Amino acid sequence: MSQAEAGIVGAGTARNPLWTFGILRSELATTLRRWRTLALLGVLAAVPVLIGIAVKIETNHGSSPGPGGGGGGPAFLSQVTNNGLFLVFAALAVTLPVFLPMAVGVVAGDSIAGEANAGTLRYLLVAPAGRTRLLLTKYASVLTFCLVATLVVALSALAVGALLFPVGEVTTISGTRIGFGEGLLRAGLIAVVVAASLIGFAAIGLFISTLTSSGIAAMAATVGMLITVQIVDTIPQLSGIHPYLFPHYWMSYADLLRDPVYWDEAVKNLGLQGLYAVVFGSAAWARFTAKDITA
Amino acid sequence: MTEPGTVTEPRAVSAPGAVIETRGLTKRYRGGQLAVDGLDLSVPGGSVFGFLGPNGSGKTTTIRMLMGLIDPTSGTAQVLGHPMPGAARAVLPQVGALIEGPALYGFLSGRDNLLRYDSADPTADPRTRRDRVGQALDRVGLAAAAGKKAKAYSLGMKQRLGLAAALLQPRRLLVLDEPTNGLDPQGMREIRALVRELAAEGTTVFLSSHLLDEIEQVCTHAAVMARGRLITQGPVADLAAGARGRLAVTTPDPGEAARVLKELGVTGITVDGDRVSAEAPPGDVELADLSAALVHAGVRLRSFGVERASLEDAFVALTGEGFDVAG
Repeated sequence: MSQAEAGIVGAGTARNPLWTFGILRSELATTLRRWRTLALLGVLAAVPVLIGIAVKIETNHGSSPGPGGGGGGPAFLSQVTNNGLFLVFAALAVTLPVFLPMAVGVVAGDSIAGEANAGTLRYLLVAPAGRTRLLLTKYASVLTFCLVATLVVALSALAVGALLFPVGEVTTISGTRIGFGEGLLRAGLIAVVVAASLIGFAAIGLFISTLTSSGIAAMAATVGMLITVQIVDTIPQLSGIHPYLFPHYWMSYADLLRDPVYWDEAVKNLGLQGLYAVVFGSAAWARFTAKDITA
Repeated sequence: MTEPGTVTEPRAVSAPGAVIETRGLTKRYRGGQLAVDGLDLSVPGGSVFGFLGPNGSGKTTTIRMLMGLIDPTSGTAQVLGHPMPGAARAVLPQVGALIEGPALYGFLSGRDNLLRYDSADPTADPRTRRDRVGQALDRVGLAAAAGKKAKAYSLGMKQRLGLAAALLQPRRLLVLDEPTNGLDPQGMREIRALVRELAAEGTTVFLSSHLLDEIEQVCTHAAVMARGRLITQGPVADLAAGARGRLAVTTPDPGEAARVLKELGVTGITVDGDRVSAEAPPGDVELADLSAALVHAGVRLRSFGVERASLEDAFVALTGEGFDVAG
């Protein structure tokens, strides 16, 4: 078999192994050119703008920022007026539970099912993209979207924060002060960790996407899964399974703002995401490579 | 790479001459519906092979099995001498396919659609990608509309773009499922000319169609399917010859003509206005004797002759039914 394959390939022109990555470039370009993707990124970029303006208006009225005098509301919101950089942390805290994973769920759920729905999946497969190669490409492009989406929130927040509020030294959660430069570095690190928090959920979306030929159904099921798990994570009676739920350690990124950095929970989070990626990635592979493509 | 010299002709691994070869190919869908039943198909290299059958007869399921999109329940399929779907990665770069109509990314231009499909093929050289896409667009007459978004294309233009995707690389086999669907008569002629041109270059063309005259015009070989089974296959001339032609007589004296023909032993006589038709007499009967007998009996003839059997007659004779959707 393999010899025969080599024979056929060898009969053509010399083939460069790097050509195999052409599909990844095409996939990224196609994903980012979709009107829907741009709309999702637009909404994500708008969230920090809304938060920033709301906080600014509150401050101008002379009341203390954030509801309940800083006690309630999203994390870091009370510090935004003192340091615009905190808008990055606040915006991530607001978008991570719902907006970010919802956007990822739409892109991941649509990844295979959307192609099946449009009929383009059969042409990619006879091209031949190869089922494993196509699945890996899709997952890589969804993960890239996770990073892009998180960076869009972070950069939009940074821009709005710098525009509306003073920036300067950062007071860590531990109470120490670090320079603005290091604060920026921490913000970048946090954005990457937040993006990595979505790895597991992206794998779930990819798996669901291999189950159906309807893009809408896959997106709805993926987002529905997110909401269900988020609810389960708040039910105290089910605390036994909480450490195994993918969103459980999401907010642990705040520990990266301690001095010195407290890594335990963040590492647990990344390990859990890796586990989800392996389990649901394998399930997606098993399903997709054995599936009859009739759409 | 294998060592040079050891592989002289790597392509002819089995069944020399056959580009597609299936043995007992069967597909039963979940739910028990038998879509394809024990198919033994053999497509000779260099042929333009017509794959005929009513809608629902299992043509598309067969094509999907040949392209590795669905797994057969039992039986084997070989394409270009290699088993499918096992050798899909080696075989499919040499196969261009149009399956159940074109499928496009509506938000991309025609050219970007082709660039995407080409980049999905790991054997396609990215350095020649733009040129090859341009040539494929030229070949199907879409060069002028290449920059338009695909969602603005008419059905015929989409069909052409689907064909262009099948022509991105030099192919040894083209699998075209209803390639003239949605095209106007001029477009149909162009596509037929293109198929002939490709065949002349040595590409084997596997063409499914429900248009019998289309198959008759372009195909050298044909196979007929009905209800999941292969009814017959072979050269088109042989298939049409299998069905006997019709004797056709036009005359102002149809009643008398029918009587004379009946006395002469001609069977299956029907009279429709001034037209009398009957089963063609066996080969040992001289047609001139029949016409002489008619004239001798005082029947005035406007025309007299045997109409060649069409593939449609052959199909009806084979399946015992019209060309309708299978139930």
